[in-house]
Amino acid sequence: MTTESATVSDIEPKPLLSPVALTHLQRLEAESIHIMREVVAESDNPVMLYSIGKDSAVMLHLAIKAFYPALPPFPLLHVDTGWKFREMIAFRDDIVAKLGLTLLTHTNPEGVAQGVGPFTHGSAVHTDIMKTQGLKQALDQHGFDVAFGGARRDEEKSRAKERIFSFRSAQHRWDPKQQRPELWRTYNARKQKGESIRVFPLSNWTELDIWQYIHLENIPLVPLYFAAERPVVERDGTLIMVDDDRMPMRPGEVPEQKMVRFRTLGCYPLTGAVESTAATLPDIIQEMLLTTTSERQGRVIDHDQAASMEKKKQEGYF
Amino acid sequence: MAHISDLIGTDIDAYLLQHQHKSLLRFITCGSVDDGKSTLIGRLLYDSKMIFEDQMAALEADSKRVGTQGGEIDFALLVDGLAAEREQGITIDVAYRFFSTDRRKFIVADTPGHEQYTRNMVTGASTADLAVILVDARKGILTQTRRHSFLVSLIGIRKVVLAVNKMDLVGFDQAIFDQIVSDYRAFAAQIGLDDVTAIPISGLRGDNIASRSEATPWFDGPVLIDHLETVPLDEARRQQGDLRLPVQWVNRPNLDFRGFTGQIASGVVRPGDVVRVLPSGKQSKVARIVTYDGDLDLAVAGQSITLTLEDEIDCSRGDIIASGNPPEVADQFETTLIWMAEEAMLPGRSYWLKIGAKLVAATITEPKYKINVNTLEHLAAKSLTLNEIGVCNISLDQQIAFDPYKDNVDTGGFILIDRMTNATIGAGLINFALRRSQNIHWQALDVNKISRADLKGQRSAILWFTGLSGSGKSTIANLVEKQLFALGRHTTVLDGDNVRHGLNRDLGFTDADRVENIRRVAEVSKLMVEAGLITLVSFISPFRSERQMARDLVETSEFIEIFVDTPLAVAEERDVKGLYKKARSGALKNFTGIDSPYEAPITPEIHIDTTRMTPEQAADLIVERLRDRGLIKGGWQGPEI
Repeated sequence: MTTESATVSDIEPKPLLSPVALTHLQRLEAESIHIMREVVAESDNPVMLYSIGKDSAVMLHLAIKAFYPALPPFPLLHVDTGWKFREMIAFRDDIVAKLGLTLLTHTNPEGVAQGVGPFTHGSAVHTDIMKTQGLKQALDQHGFDVAFGGARRDEEKSRAKERIFSFRSAQHRWDPKQQRPELWRTYNARKQKGESIRVFPLSNWTELDIWQYIHLENIPLVPLYFAAERPVVERDGTLIMVDDDRMPMRPGEVPEQKMVRFRTLGCYPLTGAVESTAATLPDIIQEMLLTTTSERQGRVIDHDQAASMEKKKQEGYF
Repeated sequence: MAHISDLIGTDIDAYLLQHQHKSLLRFITCGSVDDGKSTLIGRLLYDSKMIFEDQMAALEADSKRVGTQGGEIDFALLVDGLAAEREQGITIDVAYRFFSTDRRKFIVADTPGHEQYTRNMVTGASTADLAVILVDARKGILTQTRRHSFLVSLIGIRKVVLAVNKMDLVGFDQAIFDQIVSDYRAFAAQIGLDDVTAIPISGLRGDNIASRSEATPWFDGPVLIDHLETVPLDEARRQQGDLRLPVQWVNRPNLDFRGFTGQIASGVVRPGDVVRVLPSGKQSKVARIVTYDGDLDLAVAGQSITLTLEDEIDCSRGDIIASGNPPEVADQFETTLIWMAEEAMLPGRSYWLKIGAKLVAATITEPKYKINVNTLEHLAAKSLTLNEIGVCNISLDQQIAFDPYKDNVDTGGFILIDRMTNATIGAGLINFALRRSQNIHWQALDVNKISRADLKGQRSAILWFTGLSGSGKSTIANLVEKQLFALGRHTTVLDGDNVRHGLNRDLGFTDADRVENIRRVAEVSKLMVEAGLITLVSFISPFRSERQMARDLVETSEFIEIFVDTPLAVAEERDVKGLYKKARSGALKNFTGIDSPYEAPITPEIHIDTTRMTPEQAADLIVERLRDRGLIKGGWQGPEI
């Protein structure tokens, strides 16, 4: 069956002699770009959560590609707990200025007023108030209906089942049993009043894919990922960098200079360093491939209990 | 993390170069609850060194605590993620797993085999190039094996691995394996699956997964991982098709640049290619293929690109840029639907349909038949319920460009969205366009509704009265019509009871019949509006979706929804026709407000609270509002007093 309006005769594309083999990174890149464009086409007020880490760096790079030659038509949002590494903040401000993007930052004012911090309140309270509640406040305050996040399905078991377009109730809760089926590359971005969507364009990337892509595309990273001499103390089996003078020393603790780097970045008191001499991307990738522990192991907040991430997410943690 | 290669330690740059050129295979695993599917996936992750020591330690601890292998490593625990399902010992949804070898990266869609199987399997299969179908060697081909294979074939997967699992439990007996394979091939051929590779395995022990098992010397086919690493991808076939670029977003950073973005669904494109924009059929040439990394000379299926065209032609989100044989354009189709919602499909109800980047309103006819997924029998059906598959005609509110699903998944597959909850309630595959939609053109008429209404000195409209039975709709509508008549307006009334005696006397009171009832009335009202009449429609019309559908048939200003708001207790108290009494006694089924829902309007144009005004006051108020809306002005204003 053909339609009256079009005929075959006048259109003769040249045939392709042999197929072009797309690499897995090209396919992942194309998928992420497709997801981002779909969000921009279907949402009223999107935002990209920018955590300054390597996954955020890749997500931002993909956004630049997706909308080129235009700039990404949404702002970046950084939920600043007030305890990020100083180098992260400097890097953030530098990259945003270079790219000419809009950056919004939010720090939970109630948390600040109560003096909430990881040393005084512990990791669970600090993370909940400064990160989870801070994020909800920022999203509500600006009325964002879609927020891009850099989470990957390979990070953790509950993530493996989360959709790319993941809906949150007006209270920002995730209900794993009410997820919409997601077929082909056809995403249903229609939402109920009050609902918002978290969209994860990096869902199908693995940690190795992220590093490989950073290497291939020369994506700038916070220097903390690379090994250098840094002042650290060993506390409860974890190397914590003394990033500023807010860190109280326990009896007998003296900061030592050690060659260390970080596999993930977060609040400095909650992020364990690893001893390493890996100072280039290939060195880092090599070290990662030969290591025997998973990347989230350096995160103090995951250790609490089995299925802890699933619980946090149902409560609104990103 | 990744497959352990010697190169990592000795020459990381060489390793990175190799990894960079890996291809990607997405596959789905299908099996019943006890076929060992999670164990197989856990084994694939384990054998490709995807499990870190800390995860391994957690796995060992979990295996002892909740494992099903008597304290031995239970690989299924690696993939059974959510707390709820761990407790139940089942996987409840689609999960995606990742592993890689020296040659390929793999994404595995892991779907459960229990009652939600159809929805989850179809979802997982929709992005897969290959299916691994697991069979328990002790049990052979079961009903569920046939069901899984049918779904795999339906969704368009062409390559199948038949993994005959638990070979260790049948003593690696070749005769058993051969019998299962021959049974399966006979069945698979019937449903169009002819690319089948059979492998005898033991997921638990690892036989023929990553390396050749010594227990099956008689087997000379590939082991599972080797096969997955080397099986040809669908890529080549997709690139050989005609160009289809569903336009996702138009990039206009400034007046000099207008780029059409999208992910190429099939074919290839080069600058200079002549392309058409569908459904308009406008033609142009590709000027540039713009990317951040510089302009391209060639882009292929799978890539997300930005095109500029040589001419300033209309092209927006939802259109398809095509070359070669153009896609068809139509607004009515025969489709195969997979129903995914708890709420049954209602023929005649208006749903959103999303195909590529296009969103249109769709109504579905009664199924021609539904398919028993176990026996492949065609069964008569009035509707489709959760996990049912049926063949239905679909009619859209506008023409779209498409390809049959069997030719192009991205331009022939669609999802259905509920207009009220916005949930994804179904998926569909376009089989073909109905000839009538292509050959019956809308008849353009010289005398139109404006001229007809002008002649009557009025503007036509629908006054849609909705409310419970006994709320007073017909009484008020009657009074409003009398006032309009006195004002010299041309009116007509469609009343629920009366229409059911004639036009709709074949319909009952099930949800499906109620939807059809309103659809017909809405269409008739539309014709009345075309005739220039002020049309008063008095129907319970309990569902928001159908009132919305009626609203969508006419222009915004022409539809006035009047909510005759009477609390159930009051309507039941009045019970003019004695119907509530009957319904309460059980003599009358599906009665709105009693055992069938009434969805009150959220923002009606006019809201009548009958507990606070008489029918006469209500009629006065409605006429007043119509005056405010400019529906009654000019022409003869009635005798001046």
